[in-house]
Amino acid sequence: MSASLLGQYVMNGAMLGMMYALVAVGFTLFFGVLDIIQFSHGDVVAAGAFAGLFTWTVLAGLGVTSPLLLLAAVLIAAALATALLGAAVARWIVLPIKGAPPLNILLVTLMGGTVLREAIRLFYPGGSQPQRFPALLPTSGQSFGGFHLRFDNVILLIAGALLIAGTHLLITRTRLGLAIRAVAQDEETARTMGIDFRRVVLVTFALGSGLAAFAGVMNGLYYNEVYYGMGLLLGVIGFAAAILGGLGNLYGAIVGGFLFAALQTIGAIALPFASAYKDVFAFGVVILLIAIRPTGLIGERASERV
Amino acid sequence: MKATGLTAALAAAATAFAFVLLRAESQRAIGLLVALGIAVGFVATRTRLLEPFARAAAAREGSTKLLVFAAVAALALLLREDDFSLLLLTRMLIVIIACLGLNVQFGYSGVVNFAGASFFGVGGYTAAVLSRGTHLPHLLILLAGGAAAALAGSILLVPVLRTRGHYAALVTIAFALLFRTFLEVNDTLGGPQGLKLGEFVLGRFHFNEPIELGFFEGSFYLRYVALSLLLAALFFVLVQRLERSWIGITLDAVRLDETAARTFGINLARWKITAFTLGNFITGIAGALSAFLIGFIAPNNYAFSESLIFVSILLLGGIGNVWGLCLATAIVILLPEKLQVIQEYRFLLFAAMVVLILLFRPAGLVPRPKRRLAEPRP
Repeated sequence: MSASLLGQYVMNGAMLGMMYALVAVGFTLFFGVLDIIQFSHGDVVAAGAFAGLFTWTVLAGLGVTSPLLLLAAVLIAAALATALLGAAVARWIVLPIKGAPPLNILLVTLMGGTVLREAIRLFYPGGSQPQRFPALLPTSGQSFGGFHLRFDNVILLIAGALLIAGTHLLITRTRLGLAIRAVAQDEETARTMGIDFRRVVLVTFALGSGLAAFAGVMNGLYYNEVYYGMGLLLGVIGFAAAILGGLGNLYGAIVGGFLFAALQTIGAIALPFASAYKDVFAFGVVILLIAIRPTGLIGERASERV
Repeated sequence: MKATGLTAALAAAATAFAFVLLRAESQRAIGLLVALGIAVGFVATRTRLLEPFARAAAAREGSTKLLVFAAVAALALLLREDDFSLLLLTRMLIVIIACLGLNVQFGYSGVVNFAGASFFGVGGYTAAVLSRGTHLPHLLILLAGGAAAALAGSILLVPVLRTRGHYAALVTIAFALLFRTFLEVNDTLGGPQGLKLGEFVLGRFHFNEPIELGFFEGSFYLRYVALSLLLAALFFVLVQRLERSWIGITLDAVRLDETAARTFGINLARWKITAFTLGNFITGIAGALSAFLIGFIAPNNYAFSESLIFVSILLLGGIGNVWGLCLATAIVILLPEKLQVIQEYRFLLFAAMVVLILLFRPAGLVPRPKRRLAEPRP
């Protein structure tokens, strides 16, 4: 294989890995504070992408042409929409049945996600078809031999890395982060220390979902289209990534995200006769890895939470 | 005698209601009927009007089952030339079979399976491939569909056994997505266009020929109704027997408290494997039958959202309750087909319904009664 083709694959894998890592971080945060899986997370991501698209449509219709302004508006709208949605899911779906059997919580969030997904399909204009997502970043690039490096991809990668680093700082260096970590470690003790449990949970859900909005917009910018069903796949992949890395572990989620992207890329390279099977391959490997290491590559309890 | 009379009256009323609902054409009439059904159901539960019936049905369970069987058969005969209603009835019976399989997993042993539609699909595709490529008797092909689904499930056994809760759910969801993608990209299985099947043949009966017996004429769907009714009855009795037996008690123990079950010497792995495999087998048979009924299969029929519909049925009925499961299937399958206003919105509505049920009535419409082991026999 030529170096340029390999470079293309690596770049592609890195982009996917960044998206998956951003989604997986959300799963791991939610699991950290509440010990639950928020299965509608993927659909919240899709809703964020659509909120961004909607904002763009409105602003473009109003005649705004500055790409920077448009990009900022799209990102802010997406992050706000998902943060609110995430907090709403926590407030009205998850918290009321916090003590219920895990199966019920899993189902209620899964079905809540289905409601969201179907609502996009039915009520977004033309939502049942893939929607074109505008190119908001410069699409030009620099060629190195045969390898074409696009600037928008580089910008997205750097922005994603900065966001994850920012989240890490927020969790480890601020009072809010301290509260989140306290709740993750022991809810009751955290409560007796005067931490407003409910508020911390809502803020965590808003934070994790807002992060995922970036993944949604990134997905739209990268593929130039968004689709109502994209959240299901993104959610399952993000969840798989979070589990591979060990639920509740921030670094694990990031490692898991890139690992899954690597699996998909390797699948595409190793099965050249049938690159369509790359998702089959990736999910097959996930099932296999879970069979071997049921609680992920970094154990769920052994490592420090969040 | 009085108990049987009460049950018979209720069964007759329900059959009449189902007949009128299935025959109703205008959307307004259907809407009114559905509203009436909801109102009667609501009033009956609030005023405990149904309790004598429930007690009567429980006291004479054997005859209740026969009555229900007869009522469905009578309904099919009443509808004899109405192709669409008979197709709906058959679909309902097939989904009941599939959900009975899932019920063994979710309801009894507590093994989660979010890939119900995938195992249904394994059965369907097995039926398609075998009926196109071989001359096996079609009844054997149904069995082969079940066996193939059980075999496909065995791929997941190790990860499902080694994991619990969220992790096991992820394994089955990943399998569901994997299966669908696999079907779409696999050209030998027809890719996204799917495969066509011939008619079901049983001995000298060719299922796609209209029925003419003397002066009796009926739709060809009657044969499919008969076959699926027999199979549904068979699996209903089988699953219910399973629940009542020591196996059912063992499975309950496995679901409710793994540690306690293990201290009493229950081999967790063995019973989870049994429940998972048996459930997939039943679901696979339903899938094979469904493929013959529709005569055409495609990856779209086995999407993840269909698995979620199965799970909604289980939850709506009251998880683990086989009677509730039948009621819930009737509601979930019939409603969107008859009330076309909601056809497009069915996934949205059912998903929202499950969310509400889980939030406000987690035991479902007909909660599973508590097992009373020391009850004296009358």
